[in-house]
Amino acid sequence: MPERPPETALVGEIESPEEEIVEESIEGGLLGQSMEIRAGAVYAGGEGRRRAPGLGFGAWIAVGWMVFIVAIAVMAKTGILTWGDAEESFGSCARKGPIADEGTASGFLLGCDSNGRDMIPRLALGAWTSMLVATGGIILGFFIGGSLGLIAGYFSGRKTKFAAVLAAGFVGGVFGLIIGGVFFAVVIGLDDSLAGIIGVIGGAVLGGVAGYRKGDVDTYLTGVFNVLLSVPAIVLALSLSAFLLGSADEAAKGGGLPPEVVLIIAIGAVTIPLIGRISRASALSWSQREFVLAARAQGAKNGRIMVREVLPNVLPAMFSIALLGIAIAIVAEGALAILGVGVRPPTPSWGNIIALDRGNLFKSPHIVFEASILIFLTVLALNFLGDVVRSRFDVREGGL
Amino acid sequence: MDLAKLIGRRAVQLLVVLIVVSFFTFLLIRLLPGDPTDAIIPFGTNEQKQQLREDLGLEEGFFQQYWDYVSGLAQGDLGHQYSSGRPVSDLVEQSLPVSLQLMIYAQIIALLFAIPFGIFAAYRAGTRSDRALNTSAFALLALPNFVLALLLSYFIGAELKWLPTSGYAPGWLDPIFDPSRTPDIPEHIRYLLLPAITLAVGQIAVYMRLLRSDMIATLQENFITMAKAKGIPNRRILWRHALRPSSLTLLTVAGLNVGTLIGGAIVVEVIFGIPGMGQKIGQAIFSREYVELQSYVVVIAVLFVLINFLIDFLYAVVDPRIRRARATT
Repeated sequence: MPERPPETALVGEIESPEEEIVEESIEGGLLGQSMEIRAGAVYAGGEGRRRAPGLGFGAWIAVGWMVFIVAIAVMAKTGILTWGDAEESFGSCARKGPIADEGTASGFLLGCDSNGRDMIPRLALGAWTSMLVATGGIILGFFIGGSLGLIAGYFSGRKTKFAAVLAAGFVGGVFGLIIGGVFFAVVIGLDDSLAGIIGVIGGAVLGGVAGYRKGDVDTYLTGVFNVLLSVPAIVLALSLSAFLLGSADEAAKGGGLPPEVVLIIAIGAVTIPLIGRISRASALSWSQREFVLAARAQGAKNGRIMVREVLPNVLPAMFSIALLGIAIAIVAEGALAILGVGVRPPTPSWGNIIALDRGNLFKSPHIVFEASILIFLTVLALNFLGDVVRSRFDVREGGL
Repeated sequence: MDLAKLIGRRAVQLLVVLIVVSFFTFLLIRLLPGDPTDAIIPFGTNEQKQQLREDLGLEEGFFQQYWDYVSGLAQGDLGHQYSSGRPVSDLVEQSLPVSLQLMIYAQIIALLFAIPFGIFAAYRAGTRSDRALNTSAFALLALPNFVLALLLSYFIGAELKWLPTSGYAPGWLDPIFDPSRTPDIPEHIRYLLLPAITLAVGQIAVYMRLLRSDMIATLQENFITMAKAKGIPNRRILWRHALRPSSLTLLTVAGLNVGTLIGGAIVVEVIFGIPGMGQKIGQAIFSREYVELQSYVVVIAVLFVLINFLIDFLYAVVDPRIRRARATT
């Protein structure tokens, strides 16, 4: 009888902390989109799934699709091959397309949007915007969340003064600012800036001392991740981008942040705690391996072990999560666009193509569906590749 | 004792989250550059701007403003909508039950489909039908809910004309919040069916795969072999003996999924024109009602935290193993 795979352990059945690490999985999703994300150094793949020697047929199709989309996006953006002007309107073509009530217009294979703009260059440029925002956001999230998670996972159950003081000091500073600020300003009646400074310094010192004494950086970072995760991600992304875009619009009309940057920040911000927790789980399980112990026995410093021993092992799993993350972020861009906080027209993105012509769904469905199909296929390809990468680096399936 | 410890930990966590969320939303309005009143009501009269300035307490110190804001929230004061002067708490009372009903239906539909599919896939693990179910679940996961919403409203709503694509009729929960609304259940279901299906589809895929893997493990337990040896029919073994021990993870995830559901509901409501919180948020963004938007964010975040708190508490009551695991981590 095959042993029960670890991924199926019940929440309450966690027997050892080690097993819990492997269990770190975020079921459900991000930004209102259902997703399955699993991480850890040890995975149990689907039962009965045999590992093909090569990449497999499906994976090659997925790779091909991604290459195609990225190539089109880059060509459209750089102008190597543009398939026409994304801005130019052809009045005679407006709302016409493959399945539109008004019929097709000759010369426009995919039809036009409600302003008579050719869909092909718009979708191609939209690919650039969508991929840029999604990839940028995920890279930002990985940069911050990944490094914090690596630190938290590596130092879990291990004493460290420096990192713990920093993390606890930061947490203390934030709460010092809020609680101390209110206390000194409202109750005692000090000047605002003075109250704030006292609050921050007081909180940071208290936090720092606590961190120094406990030396447990993992607890603080995990706490921060958990607090961030306890706000629904789409609400966080939505409010961040709504207010940042509002400021961009008002700041001398174009003086603020460009909408693409705002979206990258919003997507990055909501993925930080998610990626942080996943990379923590992965780093934690690798940090307990013998080669890490060996490196430490040889006198290697923590920083070196983290970067040279743990990080290279964490990366493959993280790469698979990144692919899934980009897929989620593409969907997020679409959702935010529909809610009115997406990339601003005239710049097309897949999301705002849908958002702009959602009202013409019944008469000219091609506009919305063409962008939808591209989103669907791209997300499918990325999910599939994420799965392939995951099972390739699967320690168990790898034949240990 | 474990339970008391768990509640204590969760209460602290709740407080921390509330402080962070309230401060974050408070900061949001101050992210608007220059005079926030110009950003919020650019075409407002000077009197309106003065009114807004007083409402926001911009004349006072930063921390005083925050304190006033938090104590206002604690008393249920969510501010006003500037175009109409209506209190936001009224709008929440109208739209919240709509969203809640939508999410409840979506969850019911998801479990209704996921449980039989999951059991079937586990029973037939490794066969062609199992693989077909798995593949379709995989494809469904790649289908963004707004795409599905548009597909359903085009094909089922506009082409086949089976169900309405936008609108709403009050259901059983609305009169509790607003007695002037009379429920019309058949219409209510008709309007909410498509959006609920849209929301449910993604969850079906997640739940099904989850139940399948847990179920496969349970089916290898000795008591199942025992039941088989006793000659109990397969159907009974699956539904009566194997389902219950396999469903704990499923129920936990279903509970924790409320956040995903909230996010999905926001987008789906906008597409189907359902007057819930999501649509209100969309309108607030569109008409730049920043105070209103800020209040919705607070309401949703607080509700989400409270729901998670409640779910955790319930599980701890139901299952002592979770109590121990969560009290220590």
